[in-house]
Amino acid sequence: MAIAPTPATGRFARTAHVARKERAETLARGVTAAMAAAMVLPLLLIVGYLVWLAWPSLGPEFILDVPRRGMTDGGIWPAFVGTLYLVGISLFVSTPIGVLAAVYLNEYARDDWFNRVVNLAVINLAGVPSIVHALFGLGAFVYAARFGYSILSASLTLAIMTLPVIIASTREALASVPMAFREACWNVGATRWQTIRAVVLPNSISGILTGVILQVSRAAGETAPVMFTGAVFYKSVERGDLFPYALTDQCMALSMHLYTLATQVPNVKESLPYATAVVLLGSVLLVNATAIGVRVLLRGRKKW
Amino acid sequence: MSAAFVKRIEVQELRLAYGNKEVIHGITFDVYQNEILAVIGPAQSGKSSMLRVLNRTIDFTASAHWSGTVRVDGEDVRRTRDVYALRRKIGMVAPLPVGLPLTIYDNVAFAPRASGLTDEHQLDQLVERCLRQAALWDEVKDRLSSLGTALSGGQQQRLTIARALSHQPEILCLDEFSIAIDPVTTMRIEDVLKELRRDMTILLVTNLTQQARRLSDRTMFMLDGEVVEVDRTPVIFSGSARSQRTRDYVSGVFG
Repeated sequence: MAIAPTPATGRFARTAHVARKERAETLARGVTAAMAAAMVLPLLLIVGYLVWLAWPSLGPEFILDVPRRGMTDGGIWPAFVGTLYLVGISLFVSTPIGVLAAVYLNEYARDDWFNRVVNLAVINLAGVPSIVHALFGLGAFVYAARFGYSILSASLTLAIMTLPVIIASTREALASVPMAFREACWNVGATRWQTIRAVVLPNSISGILTGVILQVSRAAGETAPVMFTGAVFYKSVERGDLFPYALTDQCMALSMHLYTLATQVPNVKESLPYATAVVLLGSVLLVNATAIGVRVLLRGRKKW
Repeated sequence: MSAAFVKRIEVQELRLAYGNKEVIHGITFDVYQNEILAVIGPAQSGKSSMLRVLNRTIDFTASAHWSGTVRVDGEDVRRTRDVYALRRKIGMVAPLPVGLPLTIYDNVAFAPRASGLTDEHQLDQLVERCLRQAALWDEVKDRLSSLGTALSGGQQQRLTIARALSHQPEILCLDEFSIAIDPVTTMRIEDVLKELRRDMTILLVTNLTQQARRLSDRTMFMLDGEVVEVDRTPVIFSGSARSQRTRDYVSGVFG
């Protein structure tokens, strides 16, 4: 038979059915892509808008300087350092507790009533609104434990808030280590703990760290828990002083400072609250980028 | 087969259940010194679960409970004082090659270290000997510090065998070791086993009846959690097995 173009009625002809399928395919791709793009757009808009309005105040001096003229001018150093304190101390407390608790739950606990109760507690704690954590912190740490309004109380409140999420993300990271690795270790006479140390933790550390670092942004961003327990409107601090606070001091915090500037102080230089927001957002994005960096670095060494 | 007929493993009336589902229904058999006992039978007949009772890694499955008596060298495994020593006495090779995400060296050194050996020189010697025994040394001796998981499947399975030898077991259990590797590697490992049988007792669980025929002294046929029969391998494969089911299985009628 001579070579001829396949007639339209041949086996591979483009029928109406095929055309319909292809139209649906194009539509589905277009709609889903548009939604994916719509995710990015608000972020770009928010960041662009903030940076635009904050521009007159932005610069290293803004971070290093203290608030001046009744907080209507100057920088944000006391709040910046205060947030570093709060986030640092809260994660210093919640990370070991959360990670070790997750190790117990994932590696040791049997599926019994105790495990179920703890699971339920973790899930529910993760869903508690931050304002409720704030009230709890006020009652438990400020009054009952008599830590007063202090960095300690505020940090512990943040620690309680971040704990369930750290537990959940750590469990997920641990569970991603294949069971066969554990069985191989048990088979050669290793204990559970030897197995955890040699194989499970080293191979879940990137996931664990990512989970912890993501909690930095949460702890830094929340206003209510620190406002009720240890953050104040204003605290006099030396410009650029790295260690201005004691554990029992009250402190300023970025989230609280932003709230104050935006709603409580009259005649604030217009760019000031926006610049504060940019610093808060910038720090959070920086930390998240670090998390991604750590993840990529550790995954590069991923071993299976 | 050793003329002494020393029993290394004695299993009596072993029953095993996961939750309410009984998967081994009271099996009894012995494993003798320096023999290769092949355990054949289709999937789900309880072969792997039986192995997990021998070294008591079944303990790690919360829903499992078992009854009956299992003795290793006369010692009741249920009453053993040092379960870790029991596990070191029995080398286990899993169906799928498991290179631990450690270096090749550390894969083999893991077990001796876990049992307290810290002397670098002794570890070096032990690692080399086990890798040689597993017929892997020549391929990896120049890259002991690269990852065990980066090896090919066949190499990883030999690494798994090296690791199982690293705690100097007296009994070696292999659970369908050739399921995920190519025929050439399978033959290499079979050669390794022929070497090892001289100073070891080997329990070879396999889906490949021909492998059992090639390697073993005796063959045990398991089906649905029961031992259908145990006999000398030539008997099982010569068509003169006592049970019709055994004859059908080894001749490929089912399975």
